[in-house]
Amino acid sequence: MSEQDKKHLLASGHTACSGCGQAIAARLVIDAAGSNTIIANNTGCLEVFTTKYPESSWEVPWIHSLFENAAAVASGIEAALKYLGKKQDINVICQAGDGGTADIGLQALSGMWERGHDCLSVCYDNEAYMNTGIQRSGLTPFDTNTTTSPSGSESFGNPRPKKPMPEIAKSHNIPYVATASVAFPLDIQKKVKKALGIKGPKYLQIHVPCPLGWRHKPGLTPEVAKLAVLTGLYPIIEYESGKLTQVRKISKPSPVEDYLKLQGRFKHVLNSSEEIKKIQEIANQNIEKYNLLAQPISDKVNP
Amino acid sequence: MKGYLEGSQAVAEAVALCKPAVIAAYPITPQTHIPEGLSHKVADGKLRCQFVNVESEHSAASVVLGASACGVRVYTATSSQGLFLMGEVLFNIAGMRLPVVLTCANRAMSAPINIWNDQQDSVSLRDSGWVQLYVENIQEAADFHIMAYRLAEDRNIMLPVMVCMDGYTLTHGVENADTPEQNGVDRFLPPYKTNYKLDPENPITMGVLGDPDCYTETRYAISETHKKVLKTIPKIVEDFNKIFNRSYNGLIEAYRLKDAERAIVAMGSVCGTVKEVVDSLRAKGKKVGLLKISTYRPFPVQEIYEALKGISKIAVLDRALSLGSYAPLFSEIKSIFFNRKKSPRIISSFIVGLGGRDITKESIKEIFKKLTTKELTGEFIDLKPELLQEKL
Repeated sequence: MSEQDKKHLLASGHTACSGCGQAIAARLVIDAAGSNTIIANNTGCLEVFTTKYPESSWEVPWIHSLFENAAAVASGIEAALKYLGKKQDINVICQAGDGGTADIGLQALSGMWERGHDCLSVCYDNEAYMNTGIQRSGLTPFDTNTTTSPSGSESFGNPRPKKPMPEIAKSHNIPYVATASVAFPLDIQKKVKKALGIKGPKYLQIHVPCPLGWRHKPGLTPEVAKLAVLTGLYPIIEYESGKLTQVRKISKPSPVEDYLKLQGRFKHVLNSSEEIKKIQEIANQNIEKYNLLAQPISDKVNP
Repeated sequence: MKGYLEGSQAVAEAVALCKPAVIAAYPITPQTHIPEGLSHKVADGKLRCQFVNVESEHSAASVVLGASACGVRVYTATSSQGLFLMGEVLFNIAGMRLPVVLTCANRAMSAPINIWNDQQDSVSLRDSGWVQLYVENIQEAADFHIMAYRLAEDRNIMLPVMVCMDGYTLTHGVENADTPEQNGVDRFLPPYKTNYKLDPENPITMGVLGDPDCYTETRYAISETHKKVLKTIPKIVEDFNKIFNRSYNGLIEAYRLKDAERAIVAMGSVCGTVKEVVDSLRAKGKKVGLLKISTYRPFPVQEIYEALKGISKIAVLDRALSLGSYAPLFSEIKSIFFNRKKSPRIISSFIVGLGGRDITKESIKEIFKKLTTKELTGEFIDLKPELLQEKL
C-alpha cells in the first residue's frame, strides 16, 4: 500500500469496474468526512465491490443490512450514539445508489428526514440498477435505454423523467440539500464538510457515471459527468434551510447531443431530432428553474 | 411487587427493568399497549432511553438493528402483518448475530384481515434463526423478557430472541402478577457489553458479502448455537428461579404427565385452559396431562421425547397451519418419534383457535374425547359447517 493510499478511508484493492464513478465519489465522501464516521450502506454495487468476505476496503466502522433500510439503520446508530453521549463527536452517514435512495429506500429515508436524525444521506446516482444488470430506476433519465426500458420499434427507452429527489428532500424541511458531480471532486468534499457541520438530516446526491451501464469508455467518466452539468441536464445546486443558496453556473450551455453521443444508452435517440429536442427541453427547463446561466463577462464589465 | 396488571403493562414494566438504550416500534393491534407503556416511562423520565417512532415495522426492526450494532441494548414489539413486514430484517438480525429482543403479540395473518389471536405469524418465522419463546400467562410474559435479554446477550449465544404472547388473551388480559424488583433484575442481568460493535476507535465492517465459499459456515454456526441455547436456557432459568422465587423449566413444562395415558401438547395461553380441563378430568380418575412447549426454537427434541415417550395417546394442538401439509407443531412432534424405541401409539393433530376463535374447556374436552385409537392428521375443532355450505 502506498503512502497515498494509506490516507484514504476507502482503501484500494476493491473490485469496482474501471472508470466507476461511484467508487471515486465514495472515496471522496469518506475522506472528507474523516475517520470519526460510521457508515450505513444499502445493498448495491458499492457494498458488493468493497466488502466481499474476508476483505473490506473500509477504514471506518461500516455496516450493511439490506437494500432499503440504511436510513433506518443509521437512525438506530444515531439514537445509540445519542444514548451513549457520543453523537457530537461522531458523524453518521447513510449511503445508497439511486434505486436504494429514490425507489425501495425512499420510505425509510423520508422517515429519517422527518424524525430529524443528525445524519447525512448520500445518493450515488448512476441512474439505473447497475448491480443487478442495468435495470430502470426512478432516477433513470428520459429516453434512456436500460434492460427493462429498452428502446425498440415502439419505444425510445425510459418514458419518464428523473424523480426530483432533491426537491423531495427539500420538501421535508431539512436544513441542507445539495447535488454534486464526480466531475467536480473538490465541490463534493466541500459539500460533505459543510453538511456534516450542520445538525440534523442532510441530503447529498452525486452524479456518478457507470461506464458499463451507460456504455461509454471507462476513461471518459470525468468528461461524461462534466457534460451532464454543462448541458444543464444535471444541475449542481445547494439548498440551505430551504433556500437555493448556490448553483454551479454554466457560461455557455453545451447542446445535449454532446453528452448523449458519448453514451451507448442514448445511441437510439441520436437519429431522432424530435427526441433530442425533448431532452434539450429538459436541460432548458433546468437552466431556467435554477437560473444556471452565468452572466456574460461583458455585462459585468459594462453594466 | 404484586398487583393486578394488564399483560402489556407487565411486559412494559419488565422491559423497562432491563433498561434498553433504544426502543423503536410501529403501532399494530394488539401490540400497541406495550410501546405506549414504554413511551410513557420515557416521557416521565422513569426510563432513560431513545424512543424512536418509526414509519413502519421494517424500519422499527432496522433501527434496533443499527442501535444493537453499536453495542447497546434494544427492544421492539409487533404483531402479525408487522412481523411479516419485518421479516427480511429479522433474518438479517439473526444472521448478523445481534441480541435483539422482540415481543410478538400473536395475531392471525390476513386475508381476511383479522386482529385477533392465533400463532400463524411467529410460527411462520420459525426458520429465521431467532430463538422463540411462547408464554402461557402474564407472569411468564413479564419474566421471559428478562430471561430473553440474558440469553440473547450471552457471549456464547449472541442471537435475537422473540417472546411470543397471545394477542388480547395475554396483551389485554389482566392478572395478578409479581413485578420483579430492580435490584434483583440488576443482579440477574448484567449491562450488555460487546467488543463487536460500530466504533470509530476500532473500525470493523459488518454485514459483508458472503459468497458460496463461506455462506454455509455462517448458517452452520447459527445451527450449532441453537444447540447451545438448549443447554443455556436451563442454567439461566435456574438463576432466575433462585432470585425471583419462581419454578420455571424454560424449555417445556410437564403438567400431570407422569402416569398419564393421554396428553395434549400445546404452546401459549391455551395451556391454562388445558390445565383446568386436566384437573377436572383427573378429579374423575382420567389419566390425562399436558406438555407445554415454552421454547419452540430451538426445538427441545430430547426433552419432549423423554416427556412423551411413555404416553399412549398424544393430541397436538396447533394455532397455526402449514397450508397444504401437516400442522407445524404436529409434524415436528411426530418426527421426534420416528425410529425410536419408545413412542406413543397415537399422535393426532388438532387445529384450534384460529383468528381469535375461543378455545373453551368444552373444546379441550372434545379433543380428549377424539383422542382414540384412530389417528387424526389435522382435525379442525369448533368448525362451523353452516359457513362452508354457503353457495357462491
